[in-house]
Amino acid sequence: MKVILFKSSLFKRVVQALPLVGVIVLMACSDVDKTEPNAEVKANSNQSLVVYSSRSEHLIKPVFDLYAEQTGVKIKYATDKAGVLIERIKAEGEHTPADVLITVDAGTLGYAASQGIFQAVDSDIILRNVPAHLRDANNLWIGLSLRARTIVYSTERVNPKQLSSYKALGDSRWHGKLCLRTSKKVYNQSLVAMLISAYGENKAQTIVESWVANLAIDPTVNDTQLMEAIIAGQCDLGLVNSYYFGRLQNKVDDLPLALFWPNQTESVASGVHINVAGAGVLKYSKNVDQAKAFIEWLVSDDAQSIFAGVNQEYPVNPAIPVDPQVASWGSFNDSKLPLSNAYKLQPAAVKLMDRAGYK
Amino acid sequence: MPSRSSLIWSVFLVVMALPTVLALSGVLSAWFQPDFKTLSHLSNYVLPSAIKNTLLLVLGVSVMTAIIGVSLAWLTAVCDFPLRRFFVWALILPMAVPGYVIAFAFVGIFEFTGPVQTGLRELFGNSSWFPSIYSYGGVVMALSLVLYPYVYLLVRNAFQTQGRRSLEVGQSLGLSVRASFFRVSLPMARPWIVGGLLLVIMETLADFGTVATFNYDTLTAAIYKSWFSLYSVSAALQVASVLLIFVVIVIVIERYSRRAQQYAQQRNASLNTQRISLIGHHRWLACAACATVFTMAFLLPCAQLIFWAWPNVAVELNSSFWSYVWGSVSLAILAVLVIVGLALLMAFTARTQNSLFTRTAVRVSTLGYALPGTVLAIGLFAPMATVDEVLYNLGAPSHVLQGTMFVMILAYSVRFMAVAYAPLESNFLRITPSIDAVARSLGVSGIRMLRLVHMPIIRRGLLTAMVLVCVDVIKELPITLMTRPFGFNTLAVRVFELSSEGLWERAAIPAIAIVLVGIVPVMILIKRSDNDAH
Repeated sequence: MKVILFKSSLFKRVVQALPLVGVIVLMACSDVDKTEPNAEVKANSNQSLVVYSSRSEHLIKPVFDLYAEQTGVKIKYATDKAGVLIERIKAEGEHTPADVLITVDAGTLGYAASQGIFQAVDSDIILRNVPAHLRDANNLWIGLSLRARTIVYSTERVNPKQLSSYKALGDSRWHGKLCLRTSKKVYNQSLVAMLISAYGENKAQTIVESWVANLAIDPTVNDTQLMEAIIAGQCDLGLVNSYYFGRLQNKVDDLPLALFWPNQTESVASGVHINVAGAGVLKYSKNVDQAKAFIEWLVSDDAQSIFAGVNQEYPVNPAIPVDPQVASWGSFNDSKLPLSNAYKLQPAAVKLMDRAGYK
Repeated sequence: MPSRSSLIWSVFLVVMALPTVLALSGVLSAWFQPDFKTLSHLSNYVLPSAIKNTLLLVLGVSVMTAIIGVSLAWLTAVCDFPLRRFFVWALILPMAVPGYVIAFAFVGIFEFTGPVQTGLRELFGNSSWFPSIYSYGGVVMALSLVLYPYVYLLVRNAFQTQGRRSLEVGQSLGLSVRASFFRVSLPMARPWIVGGLLLVIMETLADFGTVATFNYDTLTAAIYKSWFSLYSVSAALQVASVLLIFVVIVIVIERYSRRAQQYAQQRNASLNTQRISLIGHHRWLACAACATVFTMAFLLPCAQLIFWAWPNVAVELNSSFWSYVWGSVSLAILAVLVIVGLALLMAFTARTQNSLFTRTAVRVSTLGYALPGTVLAIGLFAPMATVDEVLYNLGAPSHVLQGTMFVMILAYSVRFMAVAYAPLESNFLRITPSIDAVARSLGVSGIRMLRLVHMPIIRRGLLTAMVLVCVDVIKELPITLMTRPFGFNTLAVRVFELSSEGLWERAAIPAIAIVLVGIVPVMILIKRSDNDAH
């Protein structure tokens, strides 16, 4: 018995420690509460801002740090998937600690707007700096940087003269030569949404089906894998967001790939498909003026070039010069279709891709 | 007196089940406003293959983890062969590797552009015969290799405590060693095998990270598609309830199949005597089997991670990196204490107050493991917000609960109660009811009985529970992401931030750290169980 008691002493201690654990939990709670932004916000409402973001931490933090440095306003943030953040904001209701939501897709921004979680931002600076098709018609959300989804091809096996449009990727010429990323990625969903808005649903489905018929391998899980598949010879061309190309270019010497800007001469679906990372001020923000000032700052000058440049994207503000490496890929006309419609069309696009057998 | 104490225990069970009931009713309430448009699309184009894939995946992973887990447990617990002592603990290590990490490591190694196929092409000029890693086989392999330790740990525990006794029984009946294994030892280990498999099945059903890396569409993928792409939270929750039905079916089958069986066993089975010494080539076969599993499940993925991590160490290993480590560690410790403590009390209650009510309450409290973390977290978020609102109206500051560790730990408890409960339950089953009776006749009852009588017997199960919860919490992602306080980060969160941008090479560094941190509790488990038996 003595031995058994001795052996179990660790666990006895654990059980005995349970009340203590309760105390620790309480302490943890209250401790965190003290550093809680809303606590600070109440005390000092001009000095702090809370951002929920589906853009990754390492892509937003540099900008937040710069803002703190220039204005003294400290930014607290939580990152998660956009859909989760939107539900969270809805659940938190009028007591939400958040002031601003940043996501990386016009569809989710539009969806968030449709859920009534944003408020319109009335700002001349924003109207001046951000072209109309890159923000919500009522300024419920504002684009911050542009991401272009374009054709990438093997410089060894593809003559760019044979390339023309997204639609033409379905030509029989590319049978067994095309690579696509999974249809689960929002970038492809918004691209197909653009096709629907340009060609109508039936024609768009025919196009997507012709892509699927041309696939060399199963859809890849990300854009980088897609480009690696082209380099390895599994396929000859595909669709990527341009910044993934930039990243690979910085990693691999003499990349045997190049970007092609499609739909430059098309009358329908004119221009390269673009999407935005963007932001909106929350309806229940306790710091509306501060939030507005922050977004105004984001679409101007240094912040614009850093916000876009840190991920090799394009500034939404046409007055801001593009990062030199990005500029070296050539200039293009972007699609002028208003992005506000994306959220209505994206679910249709997802369903269409399901029907077309695009996994 | 008994009625008062049983009332207290009943209240305890209800409180325990409450958060899960809240989360589940959040899921089920979606049926009050069903989104038929989305559902009809899903049922035409998505669900048929998703359900088929899910069933096949559960089947494949269950079979593989049962085979790997049980056979390795038997070899290391009962037989003797070269390097056995090393494999006893080494074979637990893959548990520290998150599914989403082994998935991206395997994709890196085995895909067309990876080193294996590239090497094959250089040697033979062609690698097209090599099976694609983006396949059913690939997913089953990845998931089985990180999940088999659940079966291995629990079943090894059973074989160890059966000792040679079960074999001796078989042999005294004239059975060969092999026949004794299949007819005595294996059936005797059934609660442990089933308990382990139940965890594996629930983990498989809830998995998203692993299957997404292989672009293998399961029900969780359908949930995410409804929610994030079709913007229908309602349809997402309806699909989640289909997932719940699966789980309930599995649990009912499991309960039904072992009704009226008892596994009580005499204590003091001699543990560390008389292993079966394998002879001749059997020794090396046993050794090779262990080595193969260990290499595939641990060495290989770790090697790939290190290969990726090496050039990026300088970028990632900055001061904030250590805050991620600290976040993971502190969270795991807190979660282990709370969850295992509660699970222990629950298992004890279920034993002393055995009734339909108790059994149901316990089942409900352990259902959360099968829900994808995101769904569970969102299910809890709304009630928490409501409670906060009520408190606020009563004069409390806003967000007393939300954004605190309390909500995180609560959500973890709902999710991981099953993990802590399974090893405790199967250990409690082994204590004969007569022991309780004796204790009571000596005036020892209630918590004192738990402490003085049960704890010494179930301590191995307790340790297993602690390690399982600890490792699971370190690996956990969706709940952590959603409920963490501002500025609080863990290693898993860092992996998510980097991998969602496709930066696998940099994500490899926090991934390695997850594995390293996860190894610590595993080592403690081994050290402690080494003290009484090998």
